Amino acid sequence: MAYSLKEVMNKPERLIGGHRMCAGCGAPVAVRGVLRALKPEDRAVCGAATGCLEVSTFLYPYTAWKDSFIHSAFENAGATISGAEAAYNALKRKGRIKDEYKFIAFGGDGGTYDIGLQSLSGAMERGHDMVYVCYDNEAYMNTGIQRSSGTPIYTDTTTSPAGDVLQGKQQFNKDLTQIMAAHNIPYAAQTTLTADFKDLYLKSEKAIYKKGPAFLNVLAPCPRGWRYNTPDLMKICKLAVDTCIWPLYEIEDGNWKLTYKPRKKLSVEEYLKPQNRFMHLFKEKNLHLIEKIQKHVDERWKELLKKCGEV
Amino acid sequence: MTATSANGLALMWEMLYIASAMKLPITMACVNRALSGPLNIHNDHSDSMGARDSGWIQIYSETNQEAYDNFIQGVRIGEHKSVQLPVMICQDGFITSHAVENIELMEDDEVKDFVGKYDPEHYLLNEKEPIAVGPLSLPSHTFEQKREQAQSMINAKKVILEVAKDFYKLTGRRYGLFEAYKLEDAELGIVVINSTAGTAKAVVDELREEGIKAGLLKIRVFRPFPADEIADALKNLKALAVMDKAESLSGVGGPLAAEIKSALYGKAHDMPVVNYIYGLGGRDVKTDDIKKVYDDLMEIMKKGSVKDTYRYLGLKE
Repeated sequence: MAYSLKEVMNKPERLIGGHRMCAGCGAPVAVRGVLRALKPEDRAVCGAATGCLEVSTFLYPYTAWKDSFIHSAFENAGATISGAEAAYNALKRKGRIKDEYKFIAFGGDGGTYDIGLQSLSGAMERGHDMVYVCYDNEAYMNTGIQRSSGTPIYTDTTTSPAGDVLQGKQQFNKDLTQIMAAHNIPYAAQTTLTADFKDLYLKSEKAIYKKGPAFLNVLAPCPRGWRYNTPDLMKICKLAVDTCIWPLYEIEDGNWKLTYKPRKKLSVEEYLKPQNRFMHLFKEKNLHLIEKIQKHVDERWKELLKKCGEV
Repeated sequence: MTATSANGLALMWEMLYIASAMKLPITMACVNRALSGPLNIHNDHSDSMGARDSGWIQIYSETNQEAYDNFIQGVRIGEHKSVQLPVMICQDGFITSHAVENIELMEDDEVKDFVGKYDPEHYLLNEKEPIAVGPLSLPSHTFEQKREQAQSMINAKKVILEVAKDFYKLTGRRYGLFEAYKLEDAELGIVVINSTAGTAKAVVDELREEGIKAGLLKIRVFRPFPADEIADALKNLKALAVMDKAESLSGVGGPLAAEIKSALYGKAHDMPVVNYIYGLGGRDVKTDDIKKVYDDLMEIMKKGSVKDTYRYLGLKE
């Protein structure tokens, strides 16, 4: 069946309004996008690492989650959801549960790239039938914009401030999607919010319904930390993919596939410019740093094209 | 159901608090071993003592038979409707955990009947009622939530005794909140946890033969702490030594001593109480060491008071 935005958008919401996420935040949009891929008749147990998403959607005594939801700690969303899946299998085997359940964990980059990596890696290695979704906003936003290993080089954060001596974070971010692909799980993909939400929907559907562990890395901009105008959320996402800073691709059963190739690859400046976290890079003395970013992005893009059989 | 020890337990310190706050009746074997540093692996109680305020029921075991019996009882205690708390069953690493002992086992069916089926009131995979667990809770609610958790721990004491009663009917093996050994008419007493109780009982027997009124109290249930019952059992002693196989590095003594002294306050607060830190990092404790403690207690009794109450037993000079 062909993808229809109208049909998909008419599905009942599973993360409902009234939560406290910021205007212009990518995370709840990403979560709703993932949950839309669930068949309406299927149940889900969702979980989240400690972070913005958790504290803003499940504030006692209210929850914005229509499905069962569990949060235990910052570092163990992978273990928590894999435990729920293991319990489900045991109860199903004993005939104590009839319905079909799906298991989805959400974590920010802090809870995924850094603190929760061990827990996530273990859950993937054990082969649970679950999806782990990283909503990657490239720093610890919930606690006040501290750098993570997902923060790109030269980003101004509160723990890697741009000043007279150093120009923001001094290290490149790690490539988590490829680290997860190296677990040889049935499905790993990188996506973000696109105008028709098709990429996110199709990848979520595969991740949820393909048997075994799956990982989705969703770039989810943060207006507080990235310092863009809140209505520009979708524009920022588009620039991320059109500059090839955040390429859209998937690895299904070991096959690498590029799911979007920009007609015209834009220069990284276009993505950096509307975000004040990169403002310092546009000073005369720092322009060479933008060149360094461009060089890095070009190299990574070339490698990816090769992996995806595009060259 | 799970098991852990030493640094593995400490690594999950945060989860201990979360598990008990979520009212999850987990049963966990904690094989007591020294917490780093230095890295050691041998027996002391620094691991579970460090977790004493994490909201878990803690039950200690002198022998493998006790560890086995406590574990079976622990499941029912934790799952009781008025409790719903995780339970840590502790025993001494290596000294008993790696010892060969004959123990009486129960039949599987007997254990299953005794433990019963776990039917939680609310759970994540309930098709009729999706629930959310582990919220962010703010000052408007957390205080009341903690009070409820405290009530569960208070309720546990009665349940532990009820379960022990049923266990006795089934096996003939009797358990209480603690074991009082020749304590009734004793003048000199020690309080001890886990396998050292066995060593100390041998010393008590020897002393009794010499006409010395020695006795001991072996802790079984440390959380909830049966303060009143312990104070009643100890209050007629003339001198008391509390044996801590864990340092709390408070500058004044170990964790068990702090609990015992606070229990005695108002009931027998004139009693001279001395605290021995012993056996850290698996240092062997022999009958001669325990004998030394009773010798010291004899001196203290004669004098009627004690000044240096924070002592190390068997420290190399």
